[in-house]
Amino acid sequence: MPILRVHGMSHDFGGLRAVQDYRLEIETGQIRGLIGPNGAGKTTIFNLLTGIYTPTAGEILLDGRRINGLPAHRIASMGISRTFQNLLLWRHMTVLEHVKLAHYSKIRYGLFGAFFGTPGRNREEAEIEEKALRLLDRMGIRHLAEQVVLNLPYGAQRRVEMARALATEPRILLLDEPTAGMNPEELVQIMEIIRRVHGEFGLSILLIEHRMKVVMELCEIIQTLDFGAVIAEGTPEEIQNNPRVIDAYLGQERRG
Amino acid sequence: MPVMGRTIRNLRASYSQVPLLGWLCGALIAVTLERFAGTPIALALGLPKIPALFGLDIMLKKPILVPNAILYVFLVYGLPMGATTRSSISLTNRLAGRLFRFPIAITVAVHLALLYTTLHLWAGISDYRALVLKLTLIAVMLTLSLNVINGYMGEFSCSHPGFMALGAYCASVFTVGLFVDDRLFGAVFLPPGLGPFLFPVALILGGFLASFGALFVAIPSFRTRGDYLAIISLAFLFIVKSLIENLEFVRGPRGLSGQPDLADLPTVFLWTVLCVWSINNFVRSTIGKALNAVRDNEMAAGAMTVDTRRTKIVAFLFAAFWAGVAGGLFAHVLRYVNPSTFGIQNLAEVLAMVYFGGLNSVYGSIVGAVSISLLGEALRPLEIFKWIIIPLLLILVMIFRPTGLIAFKDLDVTSLLRPKRKPGGEV
Ligand SMILES: Nc1ncnc2c1ncn2[C@@H]1O[C@H](COP(=O)(O)OP(=O)(O)O)[C@@H](O)[C@H]1O
Ligand SMILES: [Mg+2]
Repeated sequence: MPILRVHGMSHDFGGLRAVQDYRLEIETGQIRGLIGPNGAGKTTIFNLLTGIYTPTAGEILLDGRRINGLPAHRIASMGISRTFQNLLLWRHMTVLEHVKLAHYSKIRYGLFGAFFGTPGRNREEAEIEEKALRLLDRMGIRHLAEQVVLNLPYGAQRRVEMARALATEPRILLLDEPTAGMNPEELVQIMEIIRRVHGEFGLSILLIEHRMKVVMELCEIIQTLDFGAVIAEGTPEEIQNNPRVIDAYLGQERRG
Repeated sequence: MPVMGRTIRNLRASYSQVPLLGWLCGALIAVTLERFAGTPIALALGLPKIPALFGLDIMLKKPILVPNAILYVFLVYGLPMGATTRSSISLTNRLAGRLFRFPIAITVAVHLALLYTTLHLWAGISDYRALVLKLTLIAVMLTLSLNVINGYMGEFSCSHPGFMALGAYCASVFTVGLFVDDRLFGAVFLPPGLGPFLFPVALILGGFLASFGALFVAIPSFRTRGDYLAIISLAFLFIVKSLIENLEFVRGPRGLSGQPDLADLPTVFLWTVLCVWSINNFVRSTIGKALNAVRDNEMAAGAMTVDTRRTKIVAFLFAAFWAGVAGGLFAHVLRYVNPSTFGIQNLAEVLAMVYFGGLNSVYGSIVGAVSISLLGEALRPLEIFKWIIIPLLLILVMIFRPTGLIAFKDLDVTSLLRPKRKPGGEV
């Protein structure tokens, strides 16, 4: 059974139909790609899957349970995590605080512990910190733990976002253009990281990506989106040779 | 010039080795000296009496005495503190080190005891000083609790005087009704001797009422932010105020008086410590860091499993609770409250303290509350000019340090109390 199943999902912004009758099935451990010209509706699909928007129509099923309409934090704690296309970090917080806060839904101590610093709370905070530091280590940014993200270079900020998303311990990770604005060297590193977290955490990944090289190398199955609708779906070879895909991209060049 | 630069650097280096324990001991020595020799020193310097607020008050009333007042402050506070802290660096570091090996609660208690003794001796000089000190401590509670909403969570809330009023009236009705005035609830049925034991109950009830009131701002905050929420919170303040003005049972605009004398210095001090401690615990916990995430990016907070509604509710209710407790103490320090106390002017003062001291910082709130309270008192003789000087100061700070004097700084109790030099000698 697929871990995530979406069918008939549509979304309107006022009069604009941004997503049209979208469907998706992700199996455990699969890496899927989502490509399409700018404004095709890719980010909107992520926002729908993570509960930032509620779909106008359709159904999203996680482990067979309907999740559309649930608040974002509930969906996140059920195992869908993400990064954002335009880096939404918490500018005044340190790298370590980012990763620690992503454990929020698993905190067992209550408000009493938060106000009065009970031993249970201190123990748990220490556990969270240790876990967070281990994760930073695996992402190669442990040395930045105490830095405020505002001061970090772009590549490092991307890693922080990835670490934060992984700290929620997701089963499905949605990556929205993780290589945007990166130089070739950083690109190789981030691809390496995606491969590694996929292997080590046994994650299912849905990847939005502009650079064909990255999508073709990483993904088993790719969906192509244009004007909110899926126009092609298949293996990298199939997609590369699909005339409608070529047309959508060429069309974009003609349009742009 | 290089010689002077070096001297200053050396001085700073040596004083940076003084542990907090050293500073507290130095301050204790200074106030003890003032207690026993303050009056003769003041008279010898040609001052009429011991300057109440570090000479600031005298300087404004009689500018000719400025040098004398400065000399007094130097002789009574500067010199003894400077000399004893410096000369006892190794002793106080050794003591601090030994103290540090006890459980942290004991270390903290010893420091607080020293601080309290110092404040007690300082305030013992005159009733005026005692009053100013109590009001300053209350201002610390208000400022810090407002910082939770405006600094840590980044909303601009204007309802704080309203929360304070709810606490002040609730606690007053409780104590006046139970111990003093039989016109409020009928016969007085409790002996006044029970007062000190029931006073905490009165304050906590006041805090809870303020928290309840905060729901009216917290729930709209789910959907609105920024300017709109500021206006809603301002509306809340006016509603509370006119509600009290029209409530005959608490004597409307004439105000409620006759609160029993329960808010003595130790009580106010203890509640302030409790407030600072619990707020500092909260904002340093991961649950409390959620406030910062909601401020910096709410969408990302939700996507990272943070329950943003719960976070907002908790922040508003918790901050309002402490504002309510502060209000209850305020009413019992002055032993009189009326609704016009809790207006725009009060709001402006608390906001000034928060933004002057620094957003998102416990240190900042303490510094802001203490400096603006003392300055406000000292400038009182200038009357209307007080309302020009303080805003000017605020504007200057906003230009040069837009987030306030000490913003975004964690208060880590352990590192604050740690000895500043290892027994070996080096830092
Ligand atoms: N919050 C919004 N309100 C109105 N229109 C939006 C909003 N977000 C996206 N859109 C529109 O929806 C379409 C799809 O946008 P998006 O999902 O961001 O595209 P992509 O990520 O594929 O580049 C675009 O036409 C965009 O202008
Ligand atoms: Mg996009």
